[in-house]
Amino acid sequence: MADEIKKTDDVNRRQFFLKLGLGSLGIAAAGTAAFAYQYLDPNVLYEPSPVVNAGKPDRYPLGSVTIDVNSGIYIIHSDEGYFSLSAVCTHLGCMTAWKPELNMIACPCHGSKFNEDGKKIEGPAPKPLPWKRIWLNDDGDLLVDRSTDVPPLVPDSYVRV
Amino acid sequence: MAKTVDQYLDDLRGTRVWRSIFRSGTGSSTLKRALAIQQNVFLHLFSTKVRTRMLSFSATWYLGTLTLGTFLILVATGIPLMFYYHPSVPQAYADTKDLQFVVSSGLFLRNLHRWSAHAMVFLVFAHMFKVFYRGAYRTPREFNWVIGVILLLMTLLLSYTGYLLPWDQLAYWAITVGSNIASAVPVMGEKIHFLLLGGNAVNANALLRFYVLHCMILPLTAMFFVAIHFWRIRKDGGLYSHDSEPATVRANAAAAAANAKEGQ
Repeated sequence: MADEIKKTDDVNRRQFFLKLGLGSLGIAAAGTAAFAYQYLDPNVLYEPSPVVNAGKPDRYPLGSVTIDVNSGIYIIHSDEGYFSLSAVCTHLGCMTAWKPELNMIACPCHGSKFNEDGKKIEGPAPKPLPWKRIWLNDDGDLLVDRSTDVPPLVPDSYVRV
Repeated sequence: MAKTVDQYLDDLRGTRVWRSIFRSGTGSSTLKRALAIQQNVFLHLFSTKVRTRMLSFSATWYLGTLTLGTFLILVATGIPLMFYYHPSVPQAYADTKDLQFVVSSGLFLRNLHRWSAHAMVFLVFAHMFKVFYRGAYRTPREFNWVIGVILLLMTLLLSYTGYLLPWDQLAYWAITVGSNIASAVPVMGEKIHFLLLGGNAVNANALLRFYVLHCMILPLTAMFFVAIHFWRIRKDGGLYSHDSEPATVRANAAAAAANAKEGQ
């Protein structure tokens, strides 16, 4: 009788409850992991808006590179028009600065340097500084959307006033 | 006749209260002394017997014990600091300033915490170098070396999370740079960065997350692994001694036998 039971693939009562218990624990553990992940992933962020009002265009004389440290963008008035560059270094996120005496943008943390088009000149930065979408609102203010990159040096990426 | 201090202590050890707590009674026999270690929840992590040679300074330079010492100082100074520190923006910076300039002994506690933190990182590395160059990580102690690597990681994470809490420029940019390194993880880097900071940038959520990690999660995890680390020293045959390693013992026995043969 005992041999007969061993030969079949049937599980006995003890094995059944063991599997049921472990299975339930596994499902509970997976649920807990999903719960923890969802809990730690914030649904609402109290962060500043990605759209920045950079003020009237006449604040920026032709040929100037102006940083707004609080929002981390440059407003650059070039011959082709106004455009905006991210001031956040593409290496590890430090705030870069415009160096008029060198005619370039430099990062204080690890020495990356960029020209005023955002192109990298030297240093560890893996990518050029991205261009940001810029446009004029109805009041004639320059607005920059920090969350939207635009292709560099193409006519659509400039604003002409 | 006046009793000596030892006699008073012996009387104390013989009382019912003492014996109900510590179980082992009076007497300095080897058994009693072994029981005193074995029956104490804290001391039982350690070996009941240690070779005197292993307690000499040159054997370990006491680096592991010193690391534990800095950890205990960090707990003892960190908890009082929590009474005056709010992990919120921009209050955290003001509280740090208050601790330095307004709170009685705040400067002492904060600096003790800071210097001990620096010392602990140094001592952990020194301890690991000492263990490595003595070969004390080898069989049967490989697992304890792995626990040690986890403890190194805990130490570095504690340092890193504590760095943000003063909420000054140094802290802000250090954590900006450090958390951007996490973004370099393939595929899920951006998600790890987001979950670590509780947002897209170092902000109020990041400060609170780092505070909870620094004051609760990481210290408790570190204590858990420290307990295993100490217990494994006992289980792996006590502190490492080259002379009593099985390979050395065998080699010495073989050499002795060869000498004896030559003598015949």
